[in-house]
Amino acid sequence: MSAVGELTELVSNRKKGGVKERHPDNKAGLAFMLPWLLGFLGITLIPMIASFALAFTDYSLLAPPEFTGLANIKEMIGDSRLHNSLVVTFIYVFVGTPLQLIMALLLAVVLNQGIKGLSFYRSVFYLPSLLGGSVAIAILWRQMFGANGLINQVGGMLGFENLPGWVSNPDTALGTIILLHVWTFGSPMIIFLAGLRQIPEMYYEAASVDGASKVAQFFRITIPLLTPIIFFNVVLQVINAFQSFTQAFVVSGGTGGPSDSTMFYTLYLYQKGFTQFDMGYASAMAWLLLIIVGIFTAINFFVSKFWVFYDD
Amino acid sequence: MTDLQSRPNPAAATGGAGADAGVPVHHRPKRLVRRTVRHVVMIIASIVMIYPLLWMVVSSLRPNDEIFRNPSLFPISFDFSNYARGWESLAQPFSHYLINSTLLVLGCVIGNLVACSLTAYAFARLKFWGRNVAFAIMLLTLMLPIHVVIVPQYIIFSQTGWVNTMLPLILPKFLATDAFFVFLMVQFIRGIPKELDEAARIDGCGHFRIFFQVILPLMLPALATTTIFTFMWMWNDFFGSLIYLTTPENFTVPLALKSFLDTQGSSDWGAMFAMSVVSLVPLFLVFLFGQRFLIKGFATTGIK
Repeated sequence: MSAVGELTELVSNRKKGGVKERHPDNKAGLAFMLPWLLGFLGITLIPMIASFALAFTDYSLLAPPEFTGLANIKEMIGDSRLHNSLVVTFIYVFVGTPLQLIMALLLAVVLNQGIKGLSFYRSVFYLPSLLGGSVAIAILWRQMFGANGLINQVGGMLGFENLPGWVSNPDTALGTIILLHVWTFGSPMIIFLAGLRQIPEMYYEAASVDGASKVAQFFRITIPLLTPIIFFNVVLQVINAFQSFTQAFVVSGGTGGPSDSTMFYTLYLYQKGFTQFDMGYASAMAWLLLIIVGIFTAINFFVSKFWVFYDD
Repeated sequence: MTDLQSRPNPAAATGGAGADAGVPVHHRPKRLVRRTVRHVVMIIASIVMIYPLLWMVVSSLRPNDEIFRNPSLFPISFDFSNYARGWESLAQPFSHYLINSTLLVLGCVIGNLVACSLTAYAFARLKFWGRNVAFAIMLLTLMLPIHVVIVPQYIIFSQTGWVNTMLPLILPKFLATDAFFVFLMVQFIRGIPKELDEAARIDGCGHFRIFFQVILPLMLPALATTTIFTFMWMWNDFFGSLIYLTTPENFTVPLALKSFLDTQGSSDWGAMFAMSVVSLVPLFLVFLFGQRFLIKGFATTGIK
């Protein structure tokens, strides 16, 4: 079962356990859990609380934090670069993720048709996912979509003259990073493939006997039975996409340019916190990110009741 | 739990060559055409997918002016001067950054193997107070953006004087903060028959012996998956290194590549590509040999 499914079940089962369970392994449990417990408290929970507190301060590491109340939040409301970074990130998430998942689903369905050389194709499509987050690939992207880059060389051979430098043009720079994101559809594809294997073949046989076309079978059998997996991929890919950083950083040389067109939210947060050392503001931004991601995850879970179909 | 490798694929059985036997004779050519079309489409798609990677490798063997003129993959000139130049053109020889990255990855792999397996055993096998709540919290941390904790973490590590060392990147792994692997191992342990540890317990084994002598040896595939994923993620880790590693002698490979971009601007693409290729070689080798585990890891937990 997936992490998301497991979590749903734990939350929904919470109220059911009326009988008091016995806990025979309390001591051993504590011993085995100790690393995680320390990590959760020291690396996650306490920093989270501290980050929340810092969000209401002005702090640059040099002097003790100074309580400024809602000043950071007021500043965020008036910060047009922050608004722009939200727009950039939303475009990236809501254009890139659906495209990426559609590619992943289509290729998973094709690969699941019992094609010869499945493992070869699967590897080829999966490889960019594993390398895509690396600086090397971001450097490659920067060259490919530069004024004299690979894309324009190919374009020139096809007869397109005077093509722009895609990464240096504010209208197209974000598009190149979205393309890089779509290119890494391999990991959701693997998850879709695993899900497709679980659909009993007899459903398709029965549908063929009834004369259902391949397209009808796809929409009436494959999609409905795959909805839990689609949901799972949507939740996780949206969460991941909101946090994208490396590609935008490298492609824009750390600036988020040209004209802030690739200024992802996380990149702006990094600049505020770790180049300007405005730690209070960065903390407030981090909490806004958490709230946004939380809201979208909650919406996903809520809407899932209407379209996700559980067989059992 | 899904097992992509051993599970027979019913679709493959009906779509394979043997299936033609049941098809009326006049349908066969149509089927052949469809299958050929499908392969042609897939091959074109494959080429599009890996063309940028191949082009980068080929370009790393070309003089700079040719990189800007030649979109083809042929002819390869085999000019290794980009590699020689790239290797020496940063503050340290490139081998220095490779060694740094290797040390970082080693530390993180050991940390994840030790801490996550202990935690996973507790979640999967032990009954203790608060287990389900802790498990739910652990799953939630899987989805927590790192940005919510990074500022205070940085402050903590700057006060302990660990900024510009690898400790802030390695220490959290020893505290099982990579929930992905805890979950992966929990899933795996749940698949191991409980009778095995019950038998060991009847023989008088405590939890530590059961863990070390029964569960751990059976967990090797999950440990391999963890090793490979940790390797790939930490080899690629950019955000953490960017924040914590400040002087060039402590840089890891991703930071070295980034400083290439700073110092060379967009002038020496040949050298940049050469070092990019060098940085991808370990990933590619791990991918080649560890594919089976990587795919299983994704299919089971599906993160990233």
